[in-house]
Amino acid sequence: MIGNSNHLLGLDGLTRDDITRVLNAAAGMKEISARKIKKVPTLRGKTIVNLFFEPSTRTRTSFEIAAKRLSADAVNFSASASSTSKGETLVDTARNIEAMAPDVVIIRHKFSGSPYMLADRLDCSIVNAGDGSHQHPSQGLLDIFTARERKGDLTGLKVVIAGDITHSRVARSDIYGFTAMGANVHVTGPPTMIPVGIEAMGATVQPSFEAAIEGADIIIMLRIQLERKSGMLIPSLREYARFFGLNAERLAIANKDVLVMHPGPINRGIEISSEIADGPYSVILDQVENGVAVRMAILYLLSGGIDEMVD
Amino acid sequence: MKWLISGGRIVDPASGRDEVADLLLEDGLIKRTGQGVKAARGVKTVDASGLLVVPGLIDMHCHLREPGFEYKETVASGCAAAVKGGITSVMCMANTDPVNDCASVTAYILAKASQAGLARVFPIGAITKGMQGESLAEMGELAHSGCVAVSDDGRPVRSGGIMRRAIEYSAAFGLLVIDHAEDLSIAGEGVMHEGFVSTMLGLEGIPTAAALSQIARNIALVREFGGRIHIAHVSSRSGADLIRNAKAEGLSVTAETCPHFFTLDHEAVRGFDTNAKVNPPLSTADDVEGIIESLADGTIDVIATDHAPHHRDEKDREFDLAAFGISGFETALALTLGLVHKGRLPLMEAIAKWTVNPAKIVGLPGGTLAEGAHADVTLLDAEAQWTVDPTLFLSKGKNTPFAGTKLKGEVANTFVGGRMVYDRNEGIIVKQE
Repeated sequence: MIGNSNHLLGLDGLTRDDITRVLNAAAGMKEISARKIKKVPTLRGKTIVNLFFEPSTRTRTSFEIAAKRLSADAVNFSASASSTSKGETLVDTARNIEAMAPDVVIIRHKFSGSPYMLADRLDCSIVNAGDGSHQHPSQGLLDIFTARERKGDLTGLKVVIAGDITHSRVARSDIYGFTAMGANVHVTGPPTMIPVGIEAMGATVQPSFEAAIEGADIIIMLRIQLERKSGMLIPSLREYARFFGLNAERLAIANKDVLVMHPGPINRGIEISSEIADGPYSVILDQVENGVAVRMAILYLLSGGIDEMVD
Repeated sequence: MKWLISGGRIVDPASGRDEVADLLLEDGLIKRTGQGVKAARGVKTVDASGLLVVPGLIDMHCHLREPGFEYKETVASGCAAAVKGGITSVMCMANTDPVNDCASVTAYILAKASQAGLARVFPIGAITKGMQGESLAEMGELAHSGCVAVSDDGRPVRSGGIMRRAIEYSAAFGLLVIDHAEDLSIAGEGVMHEGFVSTMLGLEGIPTAAALSQIARNIALVREFGGRIHIAHVSSRSGADLIRNAKAEGLSVTAETCPHFFTLDHEAVRGFDTNAKVNPPLSTADDVEGIIESLADGTIDVIATDHAPHHRDEKDREFDLAAFGISGFETALALTLGLVHKGRLPLMEAIAKWTVNPAKIVGLPGGTLAEGAHADVTLLDAEAQWTVDPTLFLSKGKNTPFAGTKLKGEVANTFVGGRMVYDRNEGIIVKQE
């Protein structure tokens, strides 16, 4: 269970305690990844299906490694090679997969809300691995895990999320998650990329990038998703990089111990300059490393795991 | 068959009557109404004591889906659902396949309606050929074959120039132009109202401005070129405000709203409920309030269902891919009475918006209980409580956001042309040849 659910669909509704429980479990899991033999028998006999309707390398691989380190049987189901390209509906695809009795289905889908459809209809646990512009809760949790690892208590910290907030599922999960942990979340980006009413989720809108960064403890740069709709919201990438990209000059107005995050894959020289991405403040690769531990914790907790194993 | 509807409370907005009286139906007409009308031999009596007796409802905006989409609804199934909802006349939109832009399609719909023998069906023709928005449909032919209005509902007329010509030309044949006011370049790929709920759900929003800009355009056209226009399914306070101002100027602009717009706001979409996906979209709580106020002050003349039945498979899918629309015939009247029960709209006004108002705007017979009028009559049990169960709908479309909602107000009987076509205990009563 995570919160009071056997699914992980979003970070809304999770309390600080709920999230802390996942982070604590993940801390134990991270230790496993450091061992010589990176495998424990915890989920032996469990079947975990990666149901990815959208291309993804890192998230899918991360979940797959997480499942395998816990000895679960992980199966990948990618949409392009499957029956969805033959016109099968999502509900039918899901029912077929359910007939094979998986314990957890991890779904990535380009349409917001798709994991909710599965959660309504299937008996197994559903993990949302990113749905449209809605949420990406495992990414949110690994961002919080990475922040906590460096900063400890997140209460009162200034977290800035910058870029295409409108089309970012990472932003939404981060806003809910960091806010639940007591941080102050600010969002910034071109006005065309700030969705109406985002304040209702707990974020403060900062029209000026510089004002947003000033005094920031954590900066999360979002990817300009050229394959999505970001393109028509800005005049050019050149202009975006100049006015909304993170570079050394801008970073200087953040706090001295600022952390720079990015959910990846990064567009070097567009939303983030290479010197920042590869520089001392960047924790981008820590995020990837922690992603495996956090996903191990998610699978473990949803598969009926109890806390003492990792305490 | 002759019927005496005895002892009911007659509410007839056309005459302003609100009194307990009898109603004698004979030869398809309202023969006599008043106190103490006696049943002669061969006259069947309905005891209407405790019931409201109102003119049969006129729904000036629905989709019967035939020809072309019989898997969603047919004229027959739609008419059955309509009379169960107390609706005796329906105006069906032209977005069938083929589009109703010529006499043969109109004739086909009318033939199906005649076979069904339930509600009166008044087809709406297309404004443009094939609803392509490029050249005017043959409105004269449409009018002569039985269309009472024109609309490209579902595919708004993008070109203001075409809309101008439509308003001008349709006047020659007395056809009302009904516009689904939506600027698609503003609506984009939106699937719900653009607001904090769409932001939270990560769904593409349709801004209120999409409808506003088209309503404003239509008003500007009527102001300059005359003629009249009817704005379909007004869903926002600001949209209603534009219409209020146009009316104050004395322009011939009329408007309708739908029961879902005065009952639900965009919160209904939370949880990605595709049954709450409708176009125009459910808007804010303040818009709901604004719509109710605009019904009460007369800005919005008409309540219509925009009955949009869809197959289960078209709703049981990802929100972005699900069809827009609500199956509305069988909940419309109870939702309207909801406003009356809450004291937001006087009963007489509520019934007027379903009867005399659409009849006057479109120029239809009916909408009144005057002697000599068509004997289209609906008997309502205003206090009866029931729970919406879409599996019991007579419409093929079970797509309603009101499933499980408790409503107050039920249709007891429906008469069309002096024939009882629906009884709440017996169901649909088919024509005996």
